[in-house]
Amino acid sequence: MSEIFGIPVAVILGQLMLGLVNGSFYALLSLGLAVIFGLMGVVNFAHGAFYTLGAFAALLGLQYFGINYWVALLVAPLAVGAVGVVIERLLLRRLYGLDPLYGLLLTFGLALIVEGSLHQVFGATGQSYPVPESLSGGVNLHFMFLPLYRGWVILASVVVCFGTWFVIERTRLGATLRAATENAALLQAFGVNVPLLKAATYGGGVALAALAGVLASPVVLVNSHMGTSLVIVVFAVVVIGGMGSILGAIVSGLALGVIEGFTKVIYPEASNLVVFVIMALVLILRPAGLFGRE
Amino acid sequence: MRATAILYGLLALFALCAPWIGIYPVFMMKLLCFAMFACAYNLLLGFGRMLSFGHAAFFGFAAYVTSWLITAHAMGPGLAIVGGMAVAAFLGLVIGGLAIRRHGIYFAMITLALGQLVYFVCLEAPFTGGENGLQGVPRGSLFGILSLRSDVTLYYLVLLVFVAVFLFIRRVVHSPFGQVLKAIRENEPRAISLGYDSNRYKLVAFVLSATLSGLAGSLNALVLGFATLSDVQQSTSGEVILMTLLGGTGTFFGPVVGAALIVTLQEYLSDIVGGWVTAIIGVIFVACVLSFRRGIVGELAALRAERQA
Repeated sequence: MSEIFGIPVAVILGQLMLGLVNGSFYALLSLGLAVIFGLMGVVNFAHGAFYTLGAFAALLGLQYFGINYWVALLVAPLAVGAVGVVIERLLLRRLYGLDPLYGLLLTFGLALIVEGSLHQVFGATGQSYPVPESLSGGVNLHFMFLPLYRGWVILASVVVCFGTWFVIERTRLGATLRAATENAALLQAFGVNVPLLKAATYGGGVALAALAGVLASPVVLVNSHMGTSLVIVVFAVVVIGGMGSILGAIVSGLALGVIEGFTKVIYPEASNLVVFVIMALVLILRPAGLFGRE
Repeated sequence: MRATAILYGLLALFALCAPWIGIYPVFMMKLLCFAMFACAYNLLLGFGRMLSFGHAAFFGFAAYVTSWLITAHAMGPGLAIVGGMAVAAFLGLVIGGLAIRRHGIYFAMITLALGQLVYFVCLEAPFTGGENGLQGVPRGSLFGILSLRSDVTLYYLVLLVFVAVFLFIRRVVHSPFGQVLKAIRENEPRAISLGYDSNRYKLVAFVLSATLSGLAGSLNALVLGFATLSDVQQSTSGEVILMTLLGGTGTFFGPVVGAALIVTLQEYLSDIVGGWVTAIIGVIFVACVLSFRRGIVGELAALRAERQA
């Protein structure tokens, strides 16, 4: 059993694992999008830009201040999250109560500012971020070779995703957040500081995107447009999963990554398209999304 | 009313004289093509409140089809443009048919994703020339009679088409169809309860908008002599949204103003500020959304209405 349909099993498993790594990024990003949308009704088009900012924060931190990977994993999301809080307080706040399309357009403009500036300052060519020493190399699982770093990415994002799910669904803070989603005005009448909650949520969602950016920096080239096409795929993932559901975002993110990886083995030309095609099929068969409620 | 008539008269005079007062015709043609694109887009966003984030697909794909028909099949420019429009209409039918199943932000995300799908198809399909695009598209002669080689001749043709499209969109909006579309924009459940099949109206608006965007893209490719990936890119979809928003969504002349400003900005500002153009466009986007959501023409109209009241 070393071949299936003439394709070596090791190749299939290798691509599936790459797919799972991509799926981890999809899951982290669509999770943040779902959390922000759930509470604020804002579709954060700048999500990809914050992912890019996270990667740049890690890269520049290493180059100029010698901040190592593990510290960057903590500091970069915090810094980018703080930027997110400032943006929410200064800009997004003014759009509450208006058509949600304006939030989408504003964050689209923000993405252009961030990506355009990064492009101008750091150029178009990507820079690579070294894999941390403790995670370099790999283990031989006998049926395949697992690069340690990729295994770590999958593990870390699954832990973070389910941690976020746990916080939102099973803790007091999460209950407050969900209450704000249902009826913000009533919650405020009970004395909860809803504006603060919204700012913190945006910051938190954006920090998740930045965390994905730091995790991605050793496996992709860090450049100004690394988030641009990713965010479009993540939007498709969100349409497939249904925006309201946290668990839906995580599961569909991981699953679509795997499906994409699998397509790369069978029919490589279609690997860029498969997520969009699945989105079209879901729209025809189940317009509200797999986990969504209309 | 009279002020508006005078303004339109002056603009018409300017457009007619433009090639003779030292304005580069190719620049004016590009401007008119994007103005046409923005007007077509406005039909959807302004009068149907459907925010499409994938309109570059129609503009760019029609550009490819027209260029391909001319270069690979030696077709005349007239037929090739009709071909581009037909393909754009079909694409509009498919993408619009899927997208109108959801509303608002979902509509935006779906059109964005499907627009990206078209982009990848253009990147990988055998007939599009991949990263290079299709280059060296000859202008030929219109139906074998009128040679389009001269910039000035082509300019007047583009101007004529632009005016026709502008008037056509006005006519559509003022027709019973346009009024129903506006009713759906204001209150869709109510329009449905009055017996209007809202999905059909939205789909027709989408296909119309896609077809006219295709016309703009085809003409643009003919003017420049090439079709490239940047025409189908998501950033082009963003630009047409910005043009419409900046000029004024739901006004007739707004998209033209917006397109004129953005095309001029890209053409002349890029010499001064270099690569900062994208960031500057982002800043304009943010400023627009935060402080003048009605756009330049919309705000001016509101100001005048206030003064008259």
